[in-house]
Amino acid sequence: MALELELISPIDVAKDVALAVQEYTLLSAQSLANFFRRPLYMGDMLQQADLIGVGSLPIVILTGLSVGALLALNSASSLERFGAVTLIGQLVSLGMVTELGPLITGLMVAGRNASGMASELGSMVVTEQIDAMRALGTDPAKKLITPRVGATAFMLFFLTIIADLLGLIGGYAVAHLLFGVDTQQYWTTIWQTLVFRDVFTGLIKPVLFGFIISTVGCYYGMSTKGGTQGVGRSTTQAVVASSVLILIVDFFVTKLIFAIFGYR
Amino acid sequence: MSAPTLPSENSAAAVVSPSGHAIEFDNVSIAFDEKVVLDGISFQLAHGETKAIFGVAGSGKSTLLKLAIGLLRPDSGRIFVLGEEITHMSEQELFELRRRVGIVFQESALFDSLKVYENVAFRLMEEKIPPEEVERRVREALRFVELEQTYDMYPSELSGGMRRRVAIARAIITQPEVLLYDSPTGGLDPVTSNTIVELIVKQRDVYKTSALMVTHRLQDAFTMATHEFDKSSNRMVPLPKGKRGEVPMSFLILRDGKVIFDGDAQQLVNSRDDYIREYVS
Repeated sequence: MALELELISPIDVAKDVALAVQEYTLLSAQSLANFFRRPLYMGDMLQQADLIGVGSLPIVILTGLSVGALLALNSASSLERFGAVTLIGQLVSLGMVTELGPLITGLMVAGRNASGMASELGSMVVTEQIDAMRALGTDPAKKLITPRVGATAFMLFFLTIIADLLGLIGGYAVAHLLFGVDTQQYWTTIWQTLVFRDVFTGLIKPVLFGFIISTVGCYYGMSTKGGTQGVGRSTTQAVVASSVLILIVDFFVTKLIFAIFGYR
Repeated sequence: MSAPTLPSENSAAAVVSPSGHAIEFDNVSIAFDEKVVLDGISFQLAHGETKAIFGVAGSGKSTLLKLAIGLLRPDSGRIFVLGEEITHMSEQELFELRRRVGIVFQESALFDSLKVYENVAFRLMEEKIPPEEVERRVREALRFVELEQTYDMYPSELSGGMRRRVAIARAIITQPEVLLYDSPTGGLDPVTSNTIVELIVKQRDVYKTSALMVTHRLQDAFTMATHEFDKSSNRMVPLPKGKRGEVPMSFLILRDGKVIFDGDAQQLVNSRDDYIREYVS
């Protein structure tokens, strides 16, 4: 069987990328602007908050606990050599609150919800439900996208707090049970280590990540083409793109915060 | 089959637009990825008239309907709906206009996560109509399509023909001035098709709704051209031979993106164009 390869011009690829960036930017801007336009679908937003927030709780609890425990385990092995095992709390709290808590929660929620949004909206596109909604005089951006964006950003904020707390508990379990760190010492170290900028860094990120997850998921869903195969493709692309974007934005936000507040 | 009684009889139809037509296409063209789908087509749909649109698969019939409701924008030409030019309207302005236009999609396009009553009531709920009135009107619309028993069911629990009838109920619940049907009888058995044709004829004759109907089934359009809805017996009845030209029914055939025929049943049957004669035969 002859294998035919279709050559694609680099200019066409660049045009497609530029168009995708333009459409994504428009969708994102529109989703934000719709918070100030009527009608605001509060019922849909609450439903999405339940699906995204409560639905993601088990996976966030599990990953929060595991990451905290692993962080404690890995740092303890190094600290023990210097007789500084009591500093576990400091390392776990800084690692969890400023970086790993928001990042891991963001990536988990991206895997679960960006795919869900892309497949749900993608199915609606290919079965003409989005067209039907427009034909019935309802703006799909207001009805479907804005509630998802609001709910994801809002719920990821609280999910991250839960993940941070469970990470600290996981770290405590390892530090106390395996390395004999005193309970009061562990928690006092944490209390004394964390300052405003750490908490601020750790809580601004989930809001941005939530925005990225929902807008990327909705963008890939709404731009689905090509039937059920297209829905599958959109779902995969949404998870990959949102995860990569989260990692990139995380780097730049961290850098920006260091630039504003200075290094510790 | 007899069709049941209807929602409110005070139809908003027959509002005369400045252009004098319910829908007017003026030299409209559209292409997708450099493939020209519609190439400078022009036609008018009079108020109260139903126009059946034919053409082979891929001839742009569904595209034409999506242009008529502003879901797609033409590359060139002008489109008037109820006297307003929609070609350059913003999406927000189109949302307002679409409240006066109903559409039945090819595959029904019901919201699969909503129950039948939520689907039919969608537009009313968006307009914040009181729940009691919503329920009354949904039940009336479902009774009209003889599916009141499906009120609490999900679309996935319905057959293809039932979904199509629910889609009609959703389209007519606000008694729009213009209805667009995309292959309403496609893929259905003859009995169900006849039920749907009767609903469309009733909408045409009782409510005087203007309609564009895309179809592959010539026999459906001929049935509509040779029958009228009799309100007293509440069913579709054949017209006497001498009155057949009186129903507001016309035919439009698309070929290679152009309109090759636009006229009534008699003109279609008498056409000398080889392609049309082959199509009709």
